[in-house]
Amino acid sequence: MPARVGIPSTLLYYLYFPMWETFFQNLGAEVVTSGKTNKKALDYGVKEALADACVPIKLYFGHILNLKEKGVDFLFCPRVVCLNAETTYCPKFLGLPDMIRHVLTDAPPLIDTRMDVREGPGALLRAYGEIGRVFGAQWPAILQAYWKARRTWNRFYALLQAGWQPPEAMEMVKNKARPRIQKEKGELVFAVLGYPYLIHDQFISVGLLNKLHKMGIKTVTAENLPARSLVKQRDILDKRLFWTFSDLAYKATQFLLKNGGVDGIIHLTAFGCGPDAMLDKFMEMLIRQRSSIPFMSLTVDEHSGEAGVTTRLEAFADMVRRKKGAVA
Amino acid sequence: MPKITFPHVAEAQRALKMLMNDLGNEVVMPPRPSKRTLDLGVKYAPEFACFPVKILLGTYLETCPQGVELIVTSGGVGPCRAGHYAQLHKKILRTLGYPVDIIVFEPPRLYPLDLLHNVRKLNPHRMSYRSIYECVRRAWRKIQALDNIEKISHRVRPRELSRGATTRVYRQGVEWIDRAYTMKEIIEAEAAALEALQKVPQDPEREVFRVGIVGEIYVLLEPASNLEMEETLGNLGVEVERSMFLTGWTRDNTWDQTEENITVREAALPYLPELLGGHGRESVGNTVIYAKRGFDGVIQLAPFTCIPEIVARTILPRVAKDYDLPVLTFFLDEQTGKAGMTTRLEAFVDLLRYRKRQQQKLPKFAASR
Repeated sequence: MPARVGIPSTLLYYLYFPMWETFFQNLGAEVVTSGKTNKKALDYGVKEALADACVPIKLYFGHILNLKEKGVDFLFCPRVVCLNAETTYCPKFLGLPDMIRHVLTDAPPLIDTRMDVREGPGALLRAYGEIGRVFGAQWPAILQAYWKARRTWNRFYALLQAGWQPPEAMEMVKNKARPRIQKEKGELVFAVLGYPYLIHDQFISVGLLNKLHKMGIKTVTAENLPARSLVKQRDILDKRLFWTFSDLAYKATQFLLKNGGVDGIIHLTAFGCGPDAMLDKFMEMLIRQRSSIPFMSLTVDEHSGEAGVTTRLEAFADMVRRKKGAVA
Repeated sequence: MPKITFPHVAEAQRALKMLMNDLGNEVVMPPRPSKRTLDLGVKYAPEFACFPVKILLGTYLETCPQGVELIVTSGGVGPCRAGHYAQLHKKILRTLGYPVDIIVFEPPRLYPLDLLHNVRKLNPHRMSYRSIYECVRRAWRKIQALDNIEKISHRVRPRELSRGATTRVYRQGVEWIDRAYTMKEIIEAEAAALEALQKVPQDPEREVFRVGIVGEIYVLLEPASNLEMEETLGNLGVEVERSMFLTGWTRDNTWDQTEENITVREAALPYLPELLGGHGRESVGNTVIYAKRGFDGVIQLAPFTCIPEIVARTILPRVAKDYDLPVLTFFLDEQTGKAGMTTRLEAFVDLLRYRKRQQQKLPKFAASR
């Protein structure tokens, strides 16, 4: 019987799951995900995690408990420190395996490999080698699995760059479906910036993207913007933001202000999020200083209500429409 | 002469003032953080920014109208937000119309040229590096002296016979050290203050609990931000030992008091092997060390939404369980009230007293764990 590896469907899942799934399947393991976020996962998380932690971390705890109930042999909870040699992830990501280990003492064994590309060339491969050896795989098999995983990820990433959102892209990579031509609809384009695990989690963002689509608004996220141009954005802050997602969101803002093409920018953030407290202010000041694009920051937490979010989105969309009508 | 200011960090600002004056700058003294400071800070800082951001911004907003041109502060490279304070403050202050510049002292090992550059900016009279070094050395000694008497005051306060005597003598000692200028005067003032503190009438028989304090550095150092918690605890009969001082010497001095001679980093290793930025790992490590040194309890202080401390706080219950050590956490923000904190502290001290009674009833081997 193959070993069952549990991958929580939150946090980095939205960016790296296709890669991880391919890797584990090629090593002969069975991949189990915790499924979509639901009320149960949230309730579990709120109960087990620290009250002062942010919602994503609480959800992570909830997803881990879901996986525990499903009966997995291993939990994949890597300590992802740095993947682009420049910025690190939030300190909570860095301490994630420790938090899980010391709070959920009866959780299945964790695979908590440290991934830090600053350690030198081949650091990532070494990390995956370490993971592979948990399943008793030899280097040739690991290399093959890693190569296939990278190929899957490239395919996945190409779909993101073509304008698909991670959940859709994951579906397409899985079914090997040809990307359909995207239906161009809607007269407004909003950029939704923030953490992918907030934006694409239908439950915690209260269906933000779908709501916008229903209002006839097209959406763009940081994953859809050309990665090369984002990297090339000049650092206009005195000091570069330390955190990968925050840095990305800030550069995406810069890119959007320079290249235009959006009618409004929404920053989705979680209540009590540390990096976002800084980022949000920096974004606000940047947008105010450089352009007249309307900007809204939307905070979600475990109590976010459907009606409240809808009202704010409608008001924002109305405001943008009126402004556009006045200008045109 | 450029007018400069800096954040208010307990009594250390007295030494900073001396240093800046020596270098030939005019100093606008930061006021002690008050309700007004907080109101100003909360008004202009991002909502979820941590407590120190708000206090510092409030302090700057109180000093900037007095014509400050330069703000001197510290930086950081960790993934902790503290590294971005200065940049955020500068942007906010500029938006509010204060033409200030901020000088950020980053870790000198990573940015040695920055250090020299910053020193040049603060040195309008072009003093030689040798004389600057002398000034820095004197200021450093002054901070050490201030830290030393504060440490002794923590030890004396729980045993004082008349309440408030220690605090009075301590304030006086701070004034003496503040007035001292040459190295010799500083050392003399320190000795005099220490002697005066030792002379405070004490009750050697009194039952005193030893409690370690860990957490984020600014709320540890600045009594105005933690609502004079150390004084409150001292009045409740608790001898506090803070894990961090500005001069950082406790970190080097306490390792030999544990049986295994471990450092903070090694102590934190089984629980938190990763450096999180801020003082998350130190909080965990120091708690382990306090437990090994036989302290009665540990109190963690952290600003609301502080990322490293949230990680530490998530792990601390496990440490508390493993070492059978009560740990109390305070997340501080502008809403924290003194009465609520005092009540919680009183309950904590009651718990410590109860535990001690229970342990005394048990046989020796069980109590000495």
